[in-house]
Amino acid sequence: MHKEFRVIAVVKPGFLTSVQDRGRYGIAGLGVGHAGAMDDVAARLANALVGNARDDALLEITLTGPTLRCETDTVVALTGAELDARVDGAPLPAWRPVPLVRGSVVVCGGMRRGARAYLAFAGGIDVAPVLGSRSTDLNAAIGPFGGRALAAGDLLPLGRPRRTLPSRAPAWSIASPRWFDPASPLPLRLVDGAHTGALTEASRAALATREFRVAADSNRVGFRLDGPRLELAHPLELVSEAVAAGTLQLPPGGQPIALAAEHPTTGGYPRIAHLIAVDRARLAQRRPGDAVRFAWCDPREADAARRARESMLQCIEYECDYRLRAL
Amino acid sequence: MSEAPTFEPLGDDAVLIRFGAGIDAALSARVHAAAARIAAMDIPGILDLVPGYASLGVICDGAFRADDRQAFAYERIVETLRGTIEENASAMVSKPRIVDIPVRYDGPDLDDVARRAGLTATEAAARHAAGDYTVAMLGFAPGFPYLLGLDPALHTPRRATPRTRVPPGSVAIGGAQTAVYPQTLPGGWNLIGRTPLALFDLSRTPPNLVAPGDRVRFRAIDHEEFETLCTKNSA
Repeated sequence: MHKEFRVIAVVKPGFLTSVQDRGRYGIAGLGVGHAGAMDDVAARLANALVGNARDDALLEITLTGPTLRCETDTVVALTGAELDARVDGAPLPAWRPVPLVRGSVVVCGGMRRGARAYLAFAGGIDVAPVLGSRSTDLNAAIGPFGGRALAAGDLLPLGRPRRTLPSRAPAWSIASPRWFDPASPLPLRLVDGAHTGALTEASRAALATREFRVAADSNRVGFRLDGPRLELAHPLELVSEAVAAGTLQLPPGGQPIALAAEHPTTGGYPRIAHLIAVDRARLAQRRPGDAVRFAWCDPREADAARRARESMLQCIEYECDYRLRAL
Repeated sequence: MSEAPTFEPLGDDAVLIRFGAGIDAALSARVHAAAARIAAMDIPGILDLVPGYASLGVICDGAFRADDRQAFAYERIVETLRGTIEENASAMVSKPRIVDIPVRYDGPDLDDVARRAGLTATEAAARHAAGDYTVAMLGFAPGFPYLLGLDPALHTPRRATPRTRVPPGSVAIGGAQTAVYPQTLPGGWNLIGRTPLALFDLSRTPPNLVAPGDRVRFRAIDHEEFETLCTKNSA
């Protein structure tokens, strides 16, 4: 029997392109972090658009995209940041499934808005899971391709598509979600951390009223936030304990760090706040130099926002599934 | 009688269970017992557990089901966790594993550690090797073990200037803690020796040499045995 050869070849890797999925869960007790897609919403919708499961692996593209050659017919979906992507010269429309024939070359340029785009392939990127996940932890060097970003010459094997897929691009697309707007003036919402009360009154107010900027040395581990120097009313003696994605830590320098996908599992700095779960994807789309504002929010508001978003995402996933069946 | 644990949110989709404060073997044992119980219950919506010295992080899937009855809610998860860990926790704990770690005590900071303690380098190394240690937690980097049980005479503050590259296998002291660097990492701890064993190796299942709750014993080895073990490991 002839075995179908389904791969995507990386011609140029772009600035920082990696294989990601929902993350590596269950072994944080060994010091192994979660990694996974930074913008979990855009990644989830890209998978939904090509009929993939939520856990399927896709590409996370940062700032400047890769050049890819399809060695097989496939169907792709591009979501997240507004990436200038072309297929054999024609624009690749985002937020919808797009069939590509074997030999197509996808050339991605820069991003007009946002910092991270997601490119899903029908069937998912079928690399071997490492410690239960196909996500790349660049900092710990765990994951596919030895835990590194993609390089020229890498071959991405694709899994079997989970359904019969369209041979023509459908006329419909997902509207770029309202919550996906890197330029939105709406503040990112915070709930109290264990040491919020240890901040000086002025620092606590500054966190919610002043403007911060994403520092240049931000990465998948965390966002360093330039802005007013924050201070504790009195020093704290802390022992290392669990931190989470979205935790705002305050190192002695007074420059807060918002932890992201590749954060260490434990930390010993004061936890001055936590970004709420639904706003983590919004921070993931900020670039170095972008302005960030925060606002304190009630935990009940965070719960309501999370539930509302989950309902909406499930509706979109259901609708994608229904429409892909109908094609 | 130990105090009942307290619960605090760690953001809006994680919970921290606190058993007390500080670095203490009894607290650490309670953390591991609770982690074992929760893990054994396989509670839906719990993605991960993160043991600390005196607390346990519970990472939840904040959106594991959209309908109101099943969605994550802080009060409900706390109620579930409280019920789970309050049952006879000690019954769940199996006998700790003892892991033997050979160390060549010749680190660049061994003399500093010895001088602070008023000991010779040989005496300091012997004291370190004589300790009975427990893995309180793994963190900072994959497989990095924070060990309880360092002889108070050997407590040494972190170095003023951290090193950018600490070689893998380095055995180190940071304040009241001792640890082994699993891979090349930046670090400010005092390096007193090196083990030829790999603390974290992705080609092994499981990749970690020690797990939270394990007992660790260091054994002093000479240069020759170090080289022999290195060769054996890479073979």
